[in-house]
Amino acid sequence: MEPARLEAIARECRVQIIRMITHAGSGHPGGSNSVIDLLVTLYFGGRLRVDPKRPDWDDRDRVILSKGHAVPALYTVMAKAGFFPESLLITLRKLGSPLQGHPDRLALPGIEAATGSLGQGMSIALGEALGLRMRNSPARVYCILGDGEIQEGQVWEAAMAGPKLGQPAHPLDNLTVILDYNKIQLDDFVTKILDLEPIITKWQAFGWPVQEIDGHDFAQITKALDQAEATKGKPSFIVAHTVKGKGVPSMENNPEWHGKAPKPAEAIAAIRELLGVSTAAWEDYLAKDSATRAIVSELAALEKK
Amino acid sequence: MPAKASRAAFGEALLELGATDPRIVTLDADLSKSTMTAAFAKKFPDRAFNLGIAEQNMIGVAAGLALTGKIPFAASFACFIIGRFETIRISVAYTAANVKLVGTHSGIAIGEDGYSQMGLEDIACIRALPNIPIIQPADELETRQVIAFAVQHQGPLYLRLTRQNLEAVSPAGYRFQLGKWQKLRDGGHVTIVGSGGTVYNALEAARLLAGDGIEADVLNAASIKPLDEEMLVASARRTGHVVTAEDHNVNGGLGGAVAETLGETLPTPVRRLGVQGFGESGDPKGLYAKHGLDPGGIAASVRKFLGK
Repeated sequence: MEPARLEAIARECRVQIIRMITHAGSGHPGGSNSVIDLLVTLYFGGRLRVDPKRPDWDDRDRVILSKGHAVPALYTVMAKAGFFPESLLITLRKLGSPLQGHPDRLALPGIEAATGSLGQGMSIALGEALGLRMRNSPARVYCILGDGEIQEGQVWEAAMAGPKLGQPAHPLDNLTVILDYNKIQLDDFVTKILDLEPIITKWQAFGWPVQEIDGHDFAQITKALDQAEATKGKPSFIVAHTVKGKGVPSMENNPEWHGKAPKPAEAIAAIRELLGVSTAAWEDYLAKDSATRAIVSELAALEKK
Repeated sequence: MPAKASRAAFGEALLELGATDPRIVTLDADLSKSTMTAAFAKKFPDRAFNLGIAEQNMIGVAAGLALTGKIPFAASFACFIIGRFETIRISVAYTAANVKLVGTHSGIAIGEDGYSQMGLEDIACIRALPNIPIIQPADELETRQVIAFAVQHQGPLYLRLTRQNLEAVSPAGYRFQLGKWQKLRDGGHVTIVGSGGTVYNALEAARLLAGDGIEADVLNAASIKPLDEEMLVASARRTGHVVTAEDHNVNGGLGGAVAETLGETLPTPVRRLGVQGFGESGDPKGLYAKHGLDPGGIAASVRKFLGK
């Protein structure tokens, strides 16, 4: 798919992310909007072998969002891909919803593992990649880590094991691990809490081929995923430099927006910014775009509650 | 059958079952010689994975393997398995991954290595997770039954095994069933519930008590979670006095489970025998005597409990 088309899908997803987190009244907009371009490229770049009708298909590709707090981003691409109706999105975090605040494998078909207790997803991804290799499945495993997340010790246990596990009969070259390097964690900038640098040489020292890309450039993401797929004998690691809160200028690169829901008025402004419409042109824009108009009036109604 | 450690019976059973079921794989964290999975690793090197001294990753990798249809047995000392509780909680329990967690070297019976190597809080921790049964076999025959059951059972399990040899207590032809206990002795004056390493001692205690005219029901609680409420309540109704004996911290284990169940269904006086405080280095027999888990200690507690 053309980068421009992926970008358009990602923009729609970002609008939904803001919408659903605002309806929920809590959640993590910053990290959802930093990771969404990676997820959109996976799900809509003609790459992922998944079938929403058969979420338990043995040979499906697996996506494990280890930074589970960014699950609103995953929900938006899953809805768009047909795993569940888009109308469910605004049930996020509500009692009885399959869209739990962090991923719940049993609640929602298509979620591969419970994550969100940080540091655990990559170990599961290693196990899945190994199990698939052992039966010569063509399926691939993708694991997305957060940057603050890799302060967890379990990640480094998994990092040490990844290039060694299954060798020599079953090397895990069916595994691509991507770091959503948005430079911010809950409390502050990562450099102020516990700096991860030098990140490239660390992963290389653990035996991983490492690529470094702009995680918002669809051509670069696509190329890196291709190269990871072509790498034989080892799993691959991609450091994707991203911007926390990407797409909404008022939220970008601001630790405040790690784990805070926008108020309805803030959400409406954020959606306007996402769509690149000036305040002056907003009413005219809404008059022509009925879908956005519906989302905005729904949010405005929320304000009055 | 001669006495055998349940870890040894586990290793042998796995070897046999692994020959016919290619889904079975083992994961270790540099203790395969102690957990007794080493023989499986030797026979099936492509299906045995030693992750090094990294138990969290081992448990997570096991979960991933389970999600692709393998039946992983992830083994280490009980204390090191339960030390990775958060990974068990999310990657295994909440994910509902079909992982068989195997904690060997449970309890003070490991002896000389001392407290840091003793699994003494594992039952309490796993009891709090909604979907992981806890099984502790009492002898070789039961261990073999339990391992075969674990392979068939769809869903996570926690198996609690011993380092020390266990005397045979199960009747010939015994079949393990989840949630079902074995009544090994029929007495009627008092109920003694043991599990794993304390079952034989409970039987021996019952023999001592019989000399004083006290006839004990002895129940083997291999299935700690779920427990056998029917058998427990029936025995308690008849005896009116229940004593639990376990090689685990006295709080939160088998005794806690029994007391909670009886408290809600048939309030009955209960005495919980178990490990008080931390464990320590020493010979296993001496440690059991110190904590009142040897036959004499259990019998003495029963007499005191009954006021005799």
